[in-house]
Amino acid sequence: MQTTAPERRQITAVSRPSDKAFQGVVTTGALSAFVVLALIAGFLFLRSTEVLRTFGFDFITRSKWDAGSVEDARAPQFGVAAMLLGSIIVSTMAMIFALPFVMGTSLFLEYYISRRIRFVLVSILDLMAAIPSIIYGLWGYLVLMPYASHWAASINKYFGWIPIFAVERENFDASPFVASLVLCLMILPIASSVTREVYSRAPQDQITAAYALGASRWGAIRAVVLPFGLSGLVGGMLLGLGRALGETIAVLLTLNLVFAVKFQVLASAGGNVASLIASRFGEAGPLELKALMAAGLVLFILTLLVNFGASIIVGRASRSTK
Amino acid sequence: MSISLNGSVGRGEFERTLKFSVADGEVLAVTGPNGSGKSTIIHTIAGLVPLRSGHLESDDAIWDVPDSQQWVAPENRTCAVVFQDLRLFPHMNVIANVSYGLRAHGVSKDEAHSRSTAVLARVGMSSFETRRPSELSGGERQRVALARALVVEPRVLLLDEPLSAVDVVSRAALRELLPEVLGSFAGATILVTHDQDDLEAIATRSLGLF
Repeated sequence: MQTTAPERRQITAVSRPSDKAFQGVVTTGALSAFVVLALIAGFLFLRSTEVLRTFGFDFITRSKWDAGSVEDARAPQFGVAAMLLGSIIVSTMAMIFALPFVMGTSLFLEYYISRRIRFVLVSILDLMAAIPSIIYGLWGYLVLMPYASHWAASINKYFGWIPIFAVERENFDASPFVASLVLCLMILPIASSVTREVYSRAPQDQITAAYALGASRWGAIRAVVLPFGLSGLVGGMLLGLGRALGETIAVLLTLNLVFAVKFQVLASAGGNVASLIASRFGEAGPLELKALMAAGLVLFILTLLVNFGASIIVGRASRSTK
Repeated sequence: MSISLNGSVGRGEFERTLKFSVADGEVLAVTGPNGSGKSTIIHTIAGLVPLRSGHLESDDAIWDVPDSQQWVAPENRTCAVVFQDLRLFPHMNVIANVSYGLRAHGVSKDEAHSRSTAVLARVGMSSFETRRPSELSGGERQRVALARALVVEPRVLLLDEPLSAVDVVSRAALRELLPEVLGSFAGATILVTHDQDDLEAIATRSLGLF
């Protein structure tokens, strides 16, 4: 049988118009996020330059916030140390409170109940994410605070010898402890949603392998689901942290703003950067407004650093389970 | 301990009615073409897939009788599985993979470690304890999976095509190793294979699914 070689074809890598159009759309979409981010950073930086130039590094390390007075010949002083520390303390406490609930909720919904009940409970959880933060704040102020103050008093009574649980005056209302409990509830839906989603993708073949080696359900979860879902848990918690760091109104309602660096989490004094901006914005003069913009810039950088750290942790955790 | 199955496994067109038993020291090879339900038998005995009808029992306990809703959970069956795709835990090193089953049964960390070390020596993997599965060749992973199943001292060992995922050289080495290891294994073994050479080298009798 005689065979002939096929004719040589010219292969080109020229994209079709539809491919080019699609590439343009997705590239624009991706770049627009960076452009918006850069515009926000640029805006905050430009508006805060004067304050940052005047106060320098003291703006970060000092905690006094005083718009000054011409009548009293008092020079303005602006520093966000107390509010920055308050943001970190309140958000970290909220994360610590939320972690067991996030893990428990995610595992319970994914591995311990039927699909039908899961659907109902997930809907309720998603609904929690849609509740406005003012509602959480009011509920925290009117309902939770009396109980939380009582709990705080008990903690102080038995663990007051630990410096962070000590108080100077026995007033436990509107403390970082109360604010962080409210924030804990607020971050629970988003953190649980992300974590549950990742837990649901845990490799089923490895779970059955664990069963086949004699593991109980909890044993299989510990061996397979938790290591596999670590990146999701970290990602979910840090998304929650992002929300907690930027939360304004709920913190404003449940935390007594005091411009002093304090580590006592049960005392009725604290603050965070977002609530500082919200509380002073309405009555601020031109210079204080710039100082509030600088505070916003600090919060913006802090949030960026947290998210950057989160993506590194998530990447490492993902690689370790592959 | 012997294991006996008299009933049907699989679903729909893949459902098969079977009757067999395997005694201590025996290696029963289950053979048949792809899709004939060989792996389903392994999964059913391990409790990962329910028996459709009939009964599955060892000589000391009833494991699965759907009609009377008797069912023993996988973790309480005295068997261990080497899966076709091995299913080693990728985030654990070799020693952690092997000692996992013992730890799951409540054995102390030190004892689990020493028993795992001994079994790894039996399968020629002593110097690989700290490596992760991704750092091993196919043949080495296969040995680790075998060690992981043997270390829990099962009464029934279930091997699902244990030589199918390795290269020719590793396959020859494992074909020598398996009879040696199974020779010192006191329990019953069920081996799923579609390779005639494996059957002749390892099994004491066979069951064909055609």
